[in-house]
Amino acid sequence: MTFQSKVIKYGDEVSTDLIFPGKYTYMMLTEEQMAEHALETLDPEFGSRDVAGDVIVAGWNWGCGSAREQAVKCIRKKGIKAVIAKSISRIYYRNSINEGLLPIVCPEAVDQMENGDSVEVDVLAGIIHTKNGDFSFPKFPEFVLGILNSGGLIAQVKNEIAGKNA
Amino acid sequence: MAGKTIAEKILSQHSGQDVHAGDVALCDVDAVMMHDANGPISVRVFRSMGGEKVFDPKKVTVIFDHCCPPSNEKLANIHAFMREFVREQGVNFYEGGRGVCHQIMVESGRVKAGDLVIGTDSHTCTYGALGALSTGLGATDVATVLKGGKLWFRVPETIRVNLNGELPPYCSAKDIILNVIGTLGADGGNYLSIEFYGEYLEKVSRAQHLTITNMVVEMGAKCGFTCHSGLGIAADADASYLKTVEIDLSTMEPAVAKPHTVDNVCPVTEVEGIEIQQAVLGSCTNGRLEDFETAARILGGKHVAEGVRLLILPASETILKQMAENGILSTLIAAGGIICTPGCGVCVGTLGGVPADGEVVISSTNRNFKGRMGNNKAMIYLASPETVAASALKGKISDPKKLPEFGGAGD
Repeated sequence: MTFQSKVIKYGDEVSTDLIFPGKYTYMMLTEEQMAEHALETLDPEFGSRDVAGDVIVAGWNWGCGSAREQAVKCIRKKGIKAVIAKSISRIYYRNSINEGLLPIVCPEAVDQMENGDSVEVDVLAGIIHTKNGDFSFPKFPEFVLGILNSGGLIAQVKNEIAGKNA
Repeated sequence: MAGKTIAEKILSQHSGQDVHAGDVALCDVDAVMMHDANGPISVRVFRSMGGEKVFDPKKVTVIFDHCCPPSNEKLANIHAFMREFVREQGVNFYEGGRGVCHQIMVESGRVKAGDLVIGTDSHTCTYGALGALSTGLGATDVATVLKGGKLWFRVPETIRVNLNGELPPYCSAKDIILNVIGTLGADGGNYLSIEFYGEYLEKVSRAQHLTITNMVVEMGAKCGFTCHSGLGIAADADASYLKTVEIDLSTMEPAVAKPHTVDNVCPVTEVEGIEIQQAVLGSCTNGRLEDFETAARILGGKHVAEGVRLLILPASETILKQMAENGILSTLIAAGGIICTPGCGVCVGTLGGVPADGEVVISSTNRNFKGRMGNNKAMIYLASPETVAASALKGKISDPKKLPEFGGAGD
């Protein structure tokens, strides 16, 4: 599980209100509609840009605030592969795993990456290769990798059910 | 092996294993709370997982509080969707207007000490004041529990916070929790449990305890407990803590969290004099009877300053009734208060009270993020009911310490 990616960089304390505003949270939008509103308060053009395959790099406490899973769905639907942050709030972290979005906590690496940089992430080895050097992050436990590999918890549950019925 | 923290005890009991911080445990969940905001998406996920019947209808409670009464047809239809789910599954249900989910869970006796409770709202951590390990989760996790009644939890490390000394009369629990968050930082408790200790907790009411546990998520915590003799569960004396933080209550000043993060905390004196256009009293953080009693003591017989909109947001219908019965409601209306439907709307920017560009709001709620109240060009300051009421009266951020009610000279 290694991938090359382009960096989109944001700052500290990006709350779920900035990632996906409350006013859309309670409307049962489709994932496509969620993606259109992704990050619109912080980065109004994000929703219309092609960011598929990119990684979001952020400072401290990415995703703090509400439990709304739409804040993960909207950026995953845009094709973002991972969030690499100095820290990620607890609920966002769990939601990311469940949605198949890689949550990578690596404070040392964040300051060494800039908007537009190319990076390589080796998920199994727990290494981010940046232009300013390589940085390690804690490896994911096996059962978490299982969820991420399946593309999220729902997908994994479905696969398991399919497996049992096969 | 060392003794156990409260989180270690509850997660051990619910997993049938002897677990300690760092372990991952598959646990039985005692109660699931879903609201009209993240409940519908949880139901959608439940269906997509092949869910037909919830694991135990008695353990599932649906509460409408975020968009009540609905302001448009989309929201009304979401409510209809959830009512249909409630009918079909036979789960517990509270219609919109009954109050904020957390206050209802507390008032209804659906949560008891030692329970493991999950909810679709990040402030589900509130029930730690009742001795329950309660925490907010996203839709996929909630749907997983709806289906099977179980979920994996990482057993959190615990920070011990000692509240030392006596709190001055012009401060309340909100000042304490804001100061703790200011000290630890907005991610200082990420993934952790927080246990609060101190003589203070023996003396004050449950309402103050709830204010403290309500906000532990604002430092990232999974759960928090206000430990006192009446909690119904206690950590072992030899439990091991990640660290211990000492907080001196006796020298505490009224605290304010400045825009746009909850840990941007300073003494009120630092921001005194900033003009405000809106003051919000209430919510699941500070919308209980004694919060309004405090406000009524400050605002009684007076009127809010010209140009200030004072919004009153009781945490529940029960509290609203009590306010009507004991006269506080008329006092606050006479002082210029605008009574809002018990629920979340104003706090989360989904119904009413959206501030204009550049406006300043002082609020007893729990979040001041950019855009929180529905406008990212507004500035939200968080404070205690004392400070909010004092500020509404003066039309600018004001120090309650200076009010004659607290022995100050006034002005």
